[in-house]
Amino acid sequence: MPRPRPPFPAVQGLFGKPTIINNVETLSNIPEIIRLGVENFSNIGTESSKGTKVFALSGKVKLTGLIEVPMGTTLRQVIFDIAGGIPDQKAFKSVQVGGPSGGCVTEENLNTPIEYESLLKIGAMMGSGGLVVMDEDTCMVDVAKFFMDFIQRESCGKCIPCREGTKRMLEILESITKKAVNPDVNEALERFKGVMQLEQLGKVIKETSLCGLGQTAPNPVISTLKWFREEYEEHIFDRKCRAGVCTELRTFTIDVDKCTGCTICAKKCPTDAIIGAKKTPHFVVNEKCIACGNCFEVCKFDAVVIS
Amino acid sequence: MDITVNINNQELEANRGEMLLDVLNRNGIKVPTLCHIKDAFPTGACRMCVVEDMSSGRLVTACSFPVAPDMKIQTHSPRVVESRKTIIELLLSNHPDDCLYCVRNKNCELQDLSEEHHVRNRRIRGQKNKQHLDISSASIVRDPEKCILCGRCVYVCEQVMGVACIDFTNRGNKSTVGTAFQQGLNTSSCVNCGQCIMVCPTGALTEQNHFAEIQQALNDPEKKVVVQYAPSISVSMAEELGMEAGKDINGILNAALRKVGFDAVFDSSFSADLTIMEESAELIDRIQNGGTLPMITSCCPGWVKYAEEFTPEFIPNLSSCKSPQQMMGAVIKSYFAEIENLKADEIYSVSIMPCTAKKFEAQREEMTQNGISDVDAVLTTRELTRFLKLYGVDMFRIQPESTDSPLGFRSTAGKLFGASGGVMEAAIRTAHFKITGKELTKFQVQAVRGFEGRKEARIKAGDLELGVVVVSGLANAKELLDEIKNGRNDIHFIEVMACPGGCIGGGGQHIGTSEEELKVRMGALYKIDENEPVKVSHKNPEIIELYNKFLGEPLGRKSHELLHTKYNERKVLI
Repeated sequence: MPRPRPPFPAVQGLFGKPTIINNVETLSNIPEIIRLGVENFSNIGTESSKGTKVFALSGKVKLTGLIEVPMGTTLRQVIFDIAGGIPDQKAFKSVQVGGPSGGCVTEENLNTPIEYESLLKIGAMMGSGGLVVMDEDTCMVDVAKFFMDFIQRESCGKCIPCREGTKRMLEILESITKKAVNPDVNEALERFKGVMQLEQLGKVIKETSLCGLGQTAPNPVISTLKWFREEYEEHIFDRKCRAGVCTELRTFTIDVDKCTGCTICAKKCPTDAIIGAKKTPHFVVNEKCIACGNCFEVCKFDAVVIS
Repeated sequence: MDITVNINNQELEANRGEMLLDVLNRNGIKVPTLCHIKDAFPTGACRMCVVEDMSSGRLVTACSFPVAPDMKIQTHSPRVVESRKTIIELLLSNHPDDCLYCVRNKNCELQDLSEEHHVRNRRIRGQKNKQHLDISSASIVRDPEKCILCGRCVYVCEQVMGVACIDFTNRGNKSTVGTAFQQGLNTSSCVNCGQCIMVCPTGALTEQNHFAEIQQALNDPEKKVVVQYAPSISVSMAEELGMEAGKDINGILNAALRKVGFDAVFDSSFSADLTIMEESAELIDRIQNGGTLPMITSCCPGWVKYAEEFTPEFIPNLSSCKSPQQMMGAVIKSYFAEIENLKADEIYSVSIMPCTAKKFEAQREEMTQNGISDVDAVLTTRELTRFLKLYGVDMFRIQPESTDSPLGFRSTAGKLFGASGGVMEAAIRTAHFKITGKELTKFQVQAVRGFEGRKEARIKAGDLELGVVVVSGLANAKELLDEIKNGRNDIHFIEVMACPGGCIGGGGQHIGTSEEELKVRMGALYKIDENEPVKVSHKNPEIIELYNKFLGEPLGRKSHELLHTKYNERKVLI
């Protein structure tokens, strides 16, 4: 369990004795510094961030894996030169830098050099050195939800803001991306209040949590809210996920011209949301539909349309 | 004070390196906390004490932030107040909303903080964790749904009591405080002391309640309902009633209990005198006939269970005397029953104790005669207050009355049982008389008085020099027993009380009492001892009468049957 600092581990750590804690990456730099000499090693990188940095490159890029680049390399160089860009002619959307508690960086900041300070300035961080590239088919609310789910499971549970707060943030994101259980007129308003709360909770969790996990936990939400607010608003008010990732927000209709009335969709529908007599076109009752997609998958005539 | 710090635009004096929270408290700046425990290393779990450090622009927790020169702090800036309020709202979002039904209603730190921070609507909603109530213990009920995971109970159980039967389990949002393998508290190493209840900010830890049975007995015309109250009750109940700490309400307590409908009101200080008669005889017997030494008191049921579980090798050292509660219970259902011409099962015996472990003790198999419990139900000080309210007793407008005879008169030695060192002092007074035939020239044994966790003294009784040690707080007992295991052999008699300060700080007392107030209670007992004439147990006329008419002599056959017992090793997970 984390404990308040001071005393820092370097003063009082394991068994109450001064303790140095280092990441493997830091230690692996030491032989290089010795081999190259301090001067030469310091020449690599930028004025404020010396040496190299290892990234775990993943997501929608042609080449994935571990890379080591000199500090100061731009994110654009990493994604488009080293990783070969986005596959399938898709458009770049965002890159999550720094692991689960890092932040999302958009096209306009891709020329930012990789340095500790400059990454912080654009709402990301060096963090664990994770680089997850996302293309136009990625839903940013879903991304925030994914990372929040991870972080709230990682929380140790000691301090209140992280333990309770991250769970509440996850629940709000879930309510935005899922079909309402009890839809009523105020529901959109409630969801909107939820987003306001995400910002407020995020701020308090960042400022008051005990350890680094909680202090950075809201980052994925804060940065996606900053750069992709319109996606959140679409989810909330239009109940629409432009990337089609949030499956529960899909609406299903049946093309009357293509439907042969074979009834297979009605038979496979778990909630009896499809009605229609044999050999006549069928219809989807939206109120009953849970957007599972069964009808779309079983239709042999491409009559089910997703929007 | 060697530095000054700027707090809320005011220069305040401070000692370099002390925690900011201490400086704030000293200067009357109230910053809320839910997890802080005085003198303990700050855990920083609740984050309620955040303040704004103007130089770094960060929010820092006052409990764990050492002061330094030139520090600029704002304790109630808008940012700070909003953060604290959000933290409370987050707790409430995962808290059962049953304040009206909660035993801690109007005496709950979470409720107070919600009020202080103007939480007036439910801004943050969420799924509440579902958890099981643990009612397995005879003394303590745990409701993990109300637990806010502040960790105070875990700290007290481990550090003050040395028991550690509860700890944090699971992680993240699924974290709970629980016993090993989430088994019931009754099968854990819990000694039922109730100190966890005393520090719990919410209603997650409460005592087992027997109101219904007591009311049923009171309503039953066939039952003679008898009540006894522990020595500490009369000086520790005042805060519960809204009176000044340490006020002795002995007389009005007697009157109030009669108003509720108890047929006879006895004082456990009487049976404390009885315990002293038996215990001092046992001590002298052990010293003169080569019995197991040091002899250790067995008045405290928390300590007895601890010994059974953690240090079974010391069970032979435990005095065979039952505790005053049980001695009184046994005498009520034998001697008193005989006088009243009643059968034991026609009497319903209630005791009012400062203690939750007494509830466990009362239902122990060892504490029965022919299958009938010596004591039928136990109420804590807190419960008694609620009970009196239920029966509409106005403690401010009631005329004092005295206890009933023949088990109501007490010496001040018996009354001293309420504070740590009291059993020892009372025992020394009587043992000295029994050994030398003379009373002590000065009755007060200053060396065993006071609030310290361990007190030692060497007492001269004729040619004999007795080594005596008094410990309170089970962690202190453990330390002492370790010394004995390692060869220390200069002690004849040890008094152990599980709760720090003894019964005045028991787990059934008023919640929220400071150490200073406990000392006031202690002082109140010492004052009674100073002012009243009968200062030794062996001079209590009703005790003399009890021996003459019924028991015979200390350690005699009848005493052995009714007032003594033995304990066995108890195998639990430790």
